[in-house]
Amino acid sequence: MHLSKYAMCSVLSLILLFTLSACVQPVDNTASEEAVEGRAIQNKGSDTLVNLALAWAEAYQSVQPDVSIAVTGGGSGTGIAALINGTVDIANASRSMKEEEIAGAQANGFDPVEIRVAIDALAVIVHPDNPVDQLTIQQLSDIYTRRIVNWNEVGGSDAPIVLLSRETNSGTHVYFLEQVVRQGDDENEDIFAPQTLLMPSSVGITSEIRRNPNAIGYDGLGYVTEHEKVLAIAKDGNSPYVLPTTETGADGSYPLSRFLFMYTAGEPEGSIAEYIDWIKGPEGQAIVAELGFVPLNEE
Amino acid sequence: MNLLHRWKVVHDSDDSVTERLRERLSNLRIRDVWEFFIERLIWLSGISIIVIVALIFLFLLREGSAAFLDIPLRQLFGRRWYPIEGIFGIWPLMVGSILVTAVAISIAIPLGLITAIYIGEIAPDWQRDLLKPIIEVLAGIPSIVLGFLGWIALAPLIQRLGAPTGLTIFTGSLILAYMSLPTIISISEDALYAVPKSFRDSALAIGATQWQTIWRVVLPAARSGLVIAIMLGIGRAIGETMAVMLVTGNAANIPDLNLGLIFQPARTMTATIAAEMGEVAQGSLHYSVLFGIGIILFVITFAINSIASRLVGVQEAGQRRKRG
Amino acid sequence: MSRQQAQKVIVAIITAIAALVVIPTILVIAFIVIQGIGAISWEFLTAMPRNGMREGGIMPAILGTVLLTFGTFIACIPLAIGTAIYLAEYAGENRLTRWVRLAIVNLAGIPSIVYGLFGLGAFVLFLKLGTSILAGSLTLGIMTLPVVISTAEEAILAVPQRFRVVSLSLGATRWQTIRHQVLPHALPGILTGVILGLSRAAGETAPLLFTVAAFYLPDLPASWFDQTMALPYHLYVISTQVPDMPVSIQYGTALVLLLFVLSLTLVAAIVRTRMRRRREW
Repeated sequence: MHLSKYAMCSVLSLILLFTLSACVQPVDNTASEEAVEGRAIQNKGSDTLVNLALAWAEAYQSVQPDVSIAVTGGGSGTGIAALINGTVDIANASRSMKEEEIAGAQANGFDPVEIRVAIDALAVIVHPDNPVDQLTIQQLSDIYTRRIVNWNEVGGSDAPIVLLSRETNSGTHVYFLEQVVRQGDDENEDIFAPQTLLMPSSVGITSEIRRNPNAIGYDGLGYVTEHEKVLAIAKDGNSPYVLPTTETGADGSYPLSRFLFMYTAGEPEGSIAEYIDWIKGPEGQAIVAELGFVPLNEE
Repeated sequence: MNLLHRWKVVHDSDDSVTERLRERLSNLRIRDVWEFFIERLIWLSGISIIVIVALIFLFLLREGSAAFLDIPLRQLFGRRWYPIEGIFGIWPLMVGSILVTAVAISIAIPLGLITAIYIGEIAPDWQRDLLKPIIEVLAGIPSIVLGFLGWIALAPLIQRLGAPTGLTIFTGSLILAYMSLPTIISISEDALYAVPKSFRDSALAIGATQWQTIWRVVLPAARSGLVIAIMLGIGRAIGETMAVMLVTGNAANIPDLNLGLIFQPARTMTATIAAEMGEVAQGSLHYSVLFGIGIILFVITFAINSIASRLVGVQEAGQRRKRG
Repeated sequence: MSRQQAQKVIVAIITAIAALVVIPTILVIAFIVIQGIGAISWEFLTAMPRNGMREGGIMPAILGTVLLTFGTFIACIPLAIGTAIYLAEYAGENRLTRWVRLAIVNLAGIPSIVYGLFGLGAFVLFLKLGTSILAGSLTLGIMTLPVVISTAEEAILAVPQRFRVVSLSLGATRWQTIRHQVLPHALPGILTGVILGLSRAAGETAPLLFTVAAFYLPDLPASWFDQTMALPYHLYVISTQVPDMPVSIQYGTALVLLLFVLSLTLVAAIVRTRMRRRREW
């Protein structure tokens, strides 16, 4: 009796599984180069860009009411990964794609296309009560690798330096790693000190800076408010200390300015191409300036 | 027996078999078929739970085994976690989880046990009726709400008390302690309740005060149940994600061993998975390592729960013996 | 100090420590209510978010949580009730039963983020459901199984044996007895467990992270295969990711989530007490 009992159960379970699998429709979540009518454009990635992307999406609603855009953050790495996996139409990134990522995209059958959509001046911020006004990139590198641990080593008060950073999936984090911690040197292998607090977003950094006099952090200029103090940065001991502004970001005198990108799978077409063109146009760039970022130079 | 005889015997028995079959079929009604089907479904539900647990482990293994196979163990358990450069040392994450849990439990055990004693042995009925719902309310507060409060109110407070930053192991532990309390309290309560009244009566009869009774008679008798409560509280704490993600600072650092140990930031295994999973390309090594961390979490909680289960069996056997 | 005095002191200490548990709980709830009540309005509960979610309402998040709770209900209940009936009525004292119980205990202990990983691996990727309400509901459903199974089994076992005995002696089959005598009397207890389980599921964030949650969706979800916003994830997002988010909206969202979860807990408690009063045995 035992044998037939189990046989019966296996047969029944197989039938159940079969019926279930027949009901499941494989959903084509893959994005296409052209957004399908009625489906939202999926836009995901850089946290630095997310509020800009949201502002663009909201403004575009009045320009093209029948095109809707869904915006998600998560970091440049997240957006690029999603582009490679085929689940978004546009990936926002505050850094360029790495070679492995480009290879991954090509392995999935497409070439990623990089489009510059804005310029960002990366501000180094501290608490308003912090007496320090300016730092060189060398000093920043030493601070973030814990070769310097106390504020009094850079002209401040006797207080421990609390390091704030974005998560490793952030393009801003990677940019800071390459240009500040490694001082732009490709051969440099330094990484952030393990005591660095990895905050969930740009807002996380500014919130902590606001209430912690010991903290130092970095954020896109668009995220900085009057509640944080911006430091003037010098490329090295001989260069002038420059504060990040729209002008110094645009003319390159501020050493830490970078492009912000949107990536698509292959050349953009249809409503996606229209949206990106609008972003690069005068209306889109006006929103860039409004949010505290640096508009693209006239090309 | 000749062939004819054998043939006759076979056909005779054939007839009785078909006879019986025909009789059975005529008695069979839709209701019986239906009932048979339902009972099979119920049996299936029962074993499907085992299937589900196995499936969870198998899926974790499927996606995460590459971490254990492709990365040498010495590197995997190294002291630095920096995935974007291919440095996958998970030891700081494990230390983070262990420290946050350990401090949380050291807060929650005294608070929880004593509250359970209060509710079970000391409080008058009207207080008990008030306290139990409040504990249930505490159990129901979503972890993200407590994490949010920790981020917006508790962390600044801890900073004002002198820590370099308010995002520390201790902040996380405090919140975790309160989240584990309902588990510890209710299971401890059950353990204390299970101690037979005769034990207390005998102690009081020979002149012990209430506290002496509790301390020397009830607590030792409830010992195994209390251990179970603690273990399940540990399991609850080590598995928490959102609350610790918001308040521990997420620094993948093995803290320096000094007096301010618990006021340094840390990064737990759970928060690492939550913070980094969104960014990884499927199938990449980083993806596998995150699943590998999931496997470790699964194994830890599986071990805790299985031991606790075993202890429940021992406790029940012991109670049966005590009752005689 | 005499024994009696020591007794009094110790009891006082114990009472104080118990208060240390109870008072912060009440304070936390009160704090959120006080800080958040200002943001609550009809618009807050029914309108779409505007201006980068800094204004307007949180309706999509509320709707998303309601949908996910409903989905969890459907995903969890049949299996949970079936297992509870199995354990209470059919299972013998054998190795298989012990394994089933061990599996339930372990399901209860698995961290919520590990459920999220499983949901990602099994539902989003393997079954190709994508990040969808369906994937999220299935993940939450499995997570809720242990709670519902335990309370349902207790409720079924609480039905007195004589109900079954009388039914069987009148000629009913085992399933007929369960269906018509045991289950109806166990129903309030089962309902309590279901509602409690759903209240836990509604407050969870980690299982949603990779299976369904979205930062901002311009439209409401239209099918089971769509993504959705959800209250717990929304609270996480607005408290950590959006600059210049008014504090009142953050507390308001926390309050709405708290009220949603606690009202479910309250309903469960009411069902339980009314059941105890109306018990026919």
